[in-house]
Amino acid sequence: MAETAKLLHLHARDNIAVLAQDTAAGAVAALGTAQFRIVADLSMGHKIAIHPIPAGADILKYGCPIGFAAQDIAAGEHVHLHNLTSRYTVIEDMEAAGT
Amino acid sequence: MKGWQRSDGRKGIRNTILVAYTVECAHHVCTKIVQDCADQDAQVIGFSGCFPSPYGQDMMAALCTHPNVGAVQLVSLGCENFRKTDLVRAIEATGRPVNLITIQDAGGTRAAIAAGNAWVRAQRKVLDALPTVPMSPSELVIGTICGGSDATSGLTGNPAAGRAFDRFVAEGATCIFEETGELIGCESVMATRAATPALKEELVSTVEKAARYYAAMGYGSFSQGNATGGLSTIEEKSLGAYAKSGDSKINGIVRPAEKPAAGGLYLLDVVPEGPPKFGFPNINDTAEIIELISCGAHAVIFVTGRGSVVGSAISPVLKVCANPQTYACMADDMDVNAGRILDGAATLDEVGDEIYQKLIALGAGGTTASEDLGHQEFVLTYKNTTRPEPGCHTAA
Repeated sequence: MAETAKLLHLHARDNIAVLAQDTAAGAVAALGTAQFRIVADLSMGHKIAIHPIPAGADILKYGCPIGFAAQDIAAGEHVHLHNLTSRYTVIEDMEAAGT
Repeated sequence: MKGWQRSDGRKGIRNTILVAYTVECAHHVCTKIVQDCADQDAQVIGFSGCFPSPYGQDMMAALCTHPNVGAVQLVSLGCENFRKTDLVRAIEATGRPVNLITIQDAGGTRAAIAAGNAWVRAQRKVLDALPTVPMSPSELVIGTICGGSDATSGLTGNPAAGRAFDRFVAEGATCIFEETGELIGCESVMATRAATPALKEELVSTVEKAARYYAAMGYGSFSQGNATGGLSTIEEKSLGAYAKSGDSKINGIVRPAEKPAAGGLYLLDVVPEGPPKFGFPNINDTAEIIELISCGAHAVIFVTGRGSVVGSAISPVLKVCANPQTYACMADDMDVNAGRILDGAATLDEVGDEIYQKLIALGAGGTTASEDLGHQEFVLTYKNTTRPEPGCHTAA
């Protein structure tokens, strides 16, 4: 039986939710009537899409844009440096660059 | 709640005696006076620099006449540039007892300590005999800051602090949030909450000024640790900090040492004017806490994820711990465990209410963890806050 992910949906408008605890890939998450599977091992505080987000759309957290989707994002997918781009300063993933 | 009535109409929730140096050379004498008066609620503050500083002068005047302060023992070396007579007059004008000891005239270190010790003890007796008056939450000024932040700060502690702020603002109290450098990316969102169209523009330009200043300082405000913790963009990080401000309309912008005109929500602009001159706007959390207090804050909400331990001179600092693991490790230093929200053991509203109640309790005999542990941190550096006044240039 897959573990159930604990999600925080911070604002009604948000298209992402935040993991309230460290979560293993395969965990099942439910929000309202929507259900999806977490696709990667993720730590507390990381974001996942709660429905499909098309490339170019705003990513909303706290009901506000925190950047835009750099590519199409599926429900349950990790939303982070690889698929979310700032409208201000572009953040480089220094750990990824070093490997 | 009960408070001490001050002559300017404000009320204090503490009745502290400040022992204040007007140059670093007098710092040791102040420390010794306070050490010798351990049971007298005396605290050390001061301005270290010997070179003139309008900002340092304004800050010292605002702090020495803060509603939580009952009396001031000033200690000068004697040859510094600080305008100590102006400060004495500013304190006297509020009706507060003030005493100036100049070490070079008093006969040196030992004599200055003895004189200061005697004055503080005599004043404590006078202050303890003063009656308190009823005080309502609407008379409070509350500041908020976050430091030692992690991924949890913007999820639990900051939004919970925002709920407490909304409640205080609704009741007519004054709330101040800060760090324009950590609001980069939410200026347009913040501007929608401006009370007037003029303020809307000012909020945006204040954050733009911060962005220019920090860029000139070479300050990178986004770390690898932020990304590891799940933050992806500067907007996201800023919004987490911005959540401390709650959801009320924003009534104005204040500068260090400036008192908000009326109740409501205010942004404290901590970033200096002009090109960088004296370094970073605020070198640590304490410098920001002191600036919030200089605007009249009776108490400061400090949201921390990784675990800060600081308190402050003059006003109590209420520690809200956003991370449940940090709380388990450092419970003695914390007043509120907002990490319960992540465990599902409490809601944002419940923690917001706990913050509100604990702040009210500070005016009814309650103390904070940092007060109980003896934390009285204080930092005051050089800064240029003189705004260029458009249209005031004299023709040659």
